[in-house]
Amino acid sequence: METIINAFPYLMEGLQVTLYIFSIAIVIGFLVGLVVALLRLAPFKVLNWIAKIFVDAIRGTPFIVQLFFIYFGLNSLGFFSLDNTTAGIVTVAINAGAYFSEIIRAGIQSIDKGQTEAARSLGLGSTQTMRHIILPQAFRRMLPTITNQAIISLKDTSLLSVIGVADLTQEGRIQASATFDAFNVYLILGIIYFVVIYLLSMLASFVERKFVLR
Amino acid sequence: MSMIRVENLKKSFGDLEVIKDMSTVVEEKEVICVIGPSGSGKSTFLRCLNRLEDITGGHVYIEGTDITDPKVDINKVRQDVGMVFQQFNLFPHKTVLENVTLAPIKLKKGNQKAAEKKAYELLDKVGLREKAKAYPGELSGGQKQRVAIARALAMDPKIMLFDEPTSALDPEMVGDVLDVMKQLAREGMTMVVVTHEMGFAAEMGDRVLFIDGGYIVEENVPKELFGNPQHERTKAFLSKVL
Repeated sequence: METIINAFPYLMEGLQVTLYIFSIAIVIGFLVGLVVALLRLAPFKVLNWIAKIFVDAIRGTPFIVQLFFIYFGLNSLGFFSLDNTTAGIVTVAINAGAYFSEIIRAGIQSIDKGQTEAARSLGLGSTQTMRHIILPQAFRRMLPTITNQAIISLKDTSLLSVIGVADLTQEGRIQASATFDAFNVYLILGIIYFVVIYLLSMLASFVERKFVLR
Repeated sequence: MSMIRVENLKKSFGDLEVIKDMSTVVEEKEVICVIGPSGSGKSTFLRCLNRLEDITGGHVYIEGTDITDPKVDINKVRQDVGMVFQQFNLFPHKTVLENVTLAPIKLKKGNQKAAEKKAYELLDKVGLREKAKAYPGELSGGQKQRVAIARALAMDPKIMLFDEPTSALDPEMVGDVLDVMKQLAREGMTMVVVTHEMGFAAEMGDRVLFIDGGYIVEENVPKELFGNPQHERTKAFLSKVL
């Protein structure tokens, strides 16, 4: 019990880092996903291909390889130097972005084409139609799947401990070896992740109820 | 200048030639009813009039503007051409009032207050003022279609296109929608109506177009077209529906 009480403040510091990385990465990831989805649906073949290649590359490779590529691979070229936290944020954002783009694309395509036709027949342009008619409806439909991906991305951040980011998992590893109480430390670690994710999904269902589909 | 002039219109979907060669003219304040068997190309014909379908060949002039010209600002033209769909296509995430005011506000036809005032007038006209704050999902089919008509009218169009506006309605709802359309016609709106309501076509149509197999087979005043059809295909079709 005492080891846990001593370890807890360190785990909370790690949690802060995890939440910091997650919140920045998920916002950037969502924007990446939106842009890639629109490229995927754009009426230009070249843009569609670029978007598809990006998505396929991310989906077809393990997260940890993407992380090593960005942190060790890109840094080794010497053009710039990313610290491990930045590299971690970039990897989570790009990875989530690829999955988000598929969710957003499917959401946009699920909206009846009569909606587009009605908006266009009133004289609205394609951008206005997308912004005011299609996306608001698509997002409501996508919310559960977006929540799901956000949870996966939150769990992915634990892999950043491998490149030394002092996130929740990394702090847990340090405390486990410092206290020689791996069982209890990792149990607590799991409970903390569980609680955070549970709160996140509660927030999501609150938002879903607020923006109920009519 | 004619409101609509169609010259040798052609429309194909891949190898499928839906409109082979159609030409006609619609003058101001005319009500044109388009009838014909399903799959004959009548909806496609209507959808070419505001270029919801890409036009394969020929020309369509709206108030003298050739909308087949790729340089034309089609959004500008569409502001003058209202359209009502078989499936209503109301925006489900917006209230009735927002459905009606959205396009005028976004396209800067006036400020929000003016748009709402106008929207209430239009909702009065279609008999649905008390539904202004409701969402489309709370309305019956006939009410939805009347909102859709109000939404199209909010842009002050010079032409209204109706694509089988009563086909998706329960029979008891059809009358309310037709009444609104009749009122519009009496007020002098230029209208092109694809319909299966032969009664409406006979009563309100200045002319009726019978479309079959990608051609306008016959066009005439309703009395002549229904009473004395000239073509075999028109006769065959009318004998089935009348």
